[in-house]
Amino acid sequence: MRSPIERSSLSGAAVACAALCLSSCQQAGVLDPQGPIAAAERLLLINSTAIMLVVVVPVIVATLVFAWWYRASNLRAVRSLDVAYEGRIEFVTWSIPALIVILLGGVIWIGAHQLDPRAPIPADAKPLRVDVVALDWKWLFIYPEQGVATVNQLVIPVGTPVQFRLTSATVMNSFFIPQLGSQIYAMGGMTTHLNLLADKPGDYPGFSAMFSGDGFSDMRFVAKTVPVGDFDAWLGRVRSTGRALDTAGYAALAKPSKAVPPATYRSVEPRLFERVVNETTAGSDNGPAGAAWCPPEQQVGG
Amino acid sequence: MLGRLSWAAIPFNEPLPLISMAVVAAVIVAVLAIVTLKGWLPYLWREWVTSVDHKRIGAMYLLLALIMLLRGFSDAIMMRTQQAIAVGDAQGYLPPDHYDQIFSAHGTIMIFFVAMPLVIGLMNFVVPLQLGVRDVAFPTLNSVSFWLTATGVLLINLSLVIGNFARTSWWNYPPLSELAFSPDVGVDYYLWSLQISGIGTLLTGVNFVTTILKLRAPGMTYMRMPVFCWTALASNMMIVAAFPILTATFMMLLLDRYLGMHFFTNEAGGNQMMYANLFWAWGHPEVYILVLPAFGVFSEVAATFSGKGLFSYRSMVLATLGICILSFTVWLHHFFTMGAGADVNAFFGIMSSIIAIPTGVKIFNWLFTMFRGRIVFATPMLWLVGFMVTFVIGGLTGVLLAVPPVNFELHNSAFLVAHFHNVIIGGVVFGAFAGYQYWFPKALGFTLDERWGKAGFWCWLIGFYLAFTPLYVLGLQGMTRRLQHIADPSWQPWLLVAEVGAVVIMCGIFCQIAQLYVSIRTRESRRDLTGDPWNGRTLEWATASPPPPYNFAVLPRVETIDAFWEMKQRGLTLAQSPYQTIEMPRNTPIGVVLAFFASAAGFALIWHIWWMAILGLIGAAVTVLVFGWSEDREQEVSAAEIALMERARPGQGSAA
Repeated sequence: MRSPIERSSLSGAAVACAALCLSSCQQAGVLDPQGPIAAAERLLLINSTAIMLVVVVPVIVATLVFAWWYRASNLRAVRSLDVAYEGRIEFVTWSIPALIVILLGGVIWIGAHQLDPRAPIPADAKPLRVDVVALDWKWLFIYPEQGVATVNQLVIPVGTPVQFRLTSATVMNSFFIPQLGSQIYAMGGMTTHLNLLADKPGDYPGFSAMFSGDGFSDMRFVAKTVPVGDFDAWLGRVRSTGRALDTAGYAALAKPSKAVPPATYRSVEPRLFERVVNETTAGSDNGPAGAAWCPPEQQVGG
Repeated sequence: MLGRLSWAAIPFNEPLPLISMAVVAAVIVAVLAIVTLKGWLPYLWREWVTSVDHKRIGAMYLLLALIMLLRGFSDAIMMRTQQAIAVGDAQGYLPPDHYDQIFSAHGTIMIFFVAMPLVIGLMNFVVPLQLGVRDVAFPTLNSVSFWLTATGVLLINLSLVIGNFARTSWWNYPPLSELAFSPDVGVDYYLWSLQISGIGTLLTGVNFVTTILKLRAPGMTYMRMPVFCWTALASNMMIVAAFPILTATFMMLLLDRYLGMHFFTNEAGGNQMMYANLFWAWGHPEVYILVLPAFGVFSEVAATFSGKGLFSYRSMVLATLGICILSFTVWLHHFFTMGAGADVNAFFGIMSSIIAIPTGVKIFNWLFTMFRGRIVFATPMLWLVGFMVTFVIGGLTGVLLAVPPVNFELHNSAFLVAHFHNVIIGGVVFGAFAGYQYWFPKALGFTLDERWGKAGFWCWLIGFYLAFTPLYVLGLQGMTRRLQHIADPSWQPWLLVAEVGAVVIMCGIFCQIAQLYVSIRTRESRRDLTGDPWNGRTLEWATASPPPPYNFAVLPRVETIDAFWEMKQRGLTLAQSPYQTIEMPRNTPIGVVLAFFASAAGFALIWHIWWMAILGLIGAAVTVLVFGWSEDREQEVSAAEIALMERARPGQGSAA
């Protein structure tokens, strides 16, 4: 039963490598970046992996070679069964991981600062502001400067930095478009910030990456990146069709619903995002205080 | 009268849980019937249920863990099947309501009721034997710990048939877990079962820290302790430091849910980020609470089966303590995506990668233990080699996730799921199985079958790679975790491979059950008469297999590390006489009685049956007080009785 060890583990590693290669050819995902943030993050992913493989591969090989060569039945192996300490080796065993971590520590420090989600992305174009509200179970996108809103559909112009403000009118969610880069939480009563930019036109899948209840699996949207001219044309179309998102419309939208098809609103109540943040913090009048003593049918459910 | 409990709580309209529960109930009734008819009940009560012997408590922990492994694994294979078939427009066979309970139960059970009892069971059995002493510092408390853990197990399994379990994942993040979004009893089942078992775990921590610090054989200084004891010490210190955080956090959530407070709600100044911080301030040390004892097992296995002392003992001790401290400084890496500033993220990213240094040192030390050794490939050694290869891959992906910008892309993805299964299965579970195979002959006096053991190993190893490599790939393709159905049909081939992997792991579990069955059937031919079947190095191998109730008739005197190896080199055995009277703790039902009241109180609190909750709490308090005032807690084993028992061995140990 000795020899299969290394075969199986090597084949395991081979499968892993093959899988990684294959996946890099696939569309979508974090290995197919469509913007500078995602591209920089993929580069960090590859660089950090490479730095660690320098140690990890020799360790795996040495483990298998030592296990095989020093097997009890190998008559040619040189053994020294009394040696349980060797200062020079001990020095090396601490130094190698320490050196790798010092190198990675630099990568982490610089990377965390360069790719801070809050940092604006330098570009010639004027940034577009989008306010994002996580609802049960759909995404509301408000374009405060354009005065329109969409549900489960994000349309942005190519080459334009997008400044997102995010909150949740319900439970915690995470806003994520893998091909454009960083995800960030959307949390009730709080505002988080994210900056993304798309280099090329295309339809990029987006979704919630934080489990949020029954309708979570369908909390998906498409981030449609269009040329700048097309974006203005789209805005014109949106403004001339559909409903307005007023107080009553928002109240209806905020009710839990699943697998909601994309929709647009020709106008949106001013400062809706701020109102959502404030109302979520204030809570409803019949809050859950003492609700534990109510029979279940009287309790509000999500 | 019955609070929220009514017939509506039993899911008559859902055949799946009802049938599975009926099968479980039938098995339990059958076992009880056999036990009663055969007249084993008094024996079980006297020798096991009320036992305060650390060896028997350890064995019961392991049995509990292995049974719960079957439950947690059933959840796993149901999830894998659901994701493999619910692709595109298909919805699979599990609606969200049911699927969400399953993944929540899978995580909760695997961490709290499989991994923890595996590790605590091994520590229970091994630590006092390795320290060369007769029991833990507080044997009765040890029994209480076990029975409180069993209470948690009972409550969490009751949720299958009475009411429902949480649908909030094993983190139970608010506000999803608050009353406004989870009004039913699921979250209460989660909270109360973990609160009660958490008290048991904390008591275990107190017990073992005291044992290791205060009870050691004469001459066993700290730097002569076996490495497994060092890892147990570190692990239990972390339990003592970390579990109160969890208890307090859950208590705050309970106050929110029961008294309408606002610790973690959206409104009225509640702060959900605080829950995440507190949960992971416990949660990250928890990972090392689990994996450090596994590292300890591997250290023993590496030395024993290489026929060499562990390479660089002092580095190993230093690395263990380093991990113990560093583990409290990294919790924020579980939510880099919460929107903290770059400085905070960078700090926690760097701290997280620093843990790779002591961990890397440990890998190197096992490597150099094998170097120039004489390696015997018994099953525990296979687990070690499988672990080393698997764990460094898990370490690599872990450090990747510690780089904040990379984490922004992979947080909560299938890649993350693959990573922590890589370290938990590849580290904790492989370690526990190595320890199970390694110490089984010491516990029961006969060895486990090697062929079934090795077959089990290969199934687990291959199954692991088949099940989780696809998840790494899917995570890179943008698949997030906890999806009840999958939109992208191009992911299905990977999900099918993962499903095959789960089936291969199931074959591994089957091999292990077969191994146990075959070994018990053929136990007469595989008796360990020497007490030292592996040519071991530490004191547990110096005494008989199974050890007598008092472990050592005369406490060994320790002069070096690897004390038993040194004795064998010098041709010495354990001193046989003169025997002296030994004071042993008397068996007591306090643990199981306390568990009865705790179960009643927990169940009552879940269902808001207030009178029963009060009765349960009063009953528990009275039980503790009665025990506290009882005088008759010890019994003496006279020198003559010891002489009789010592003459009766070796080879006469009962199969029990």
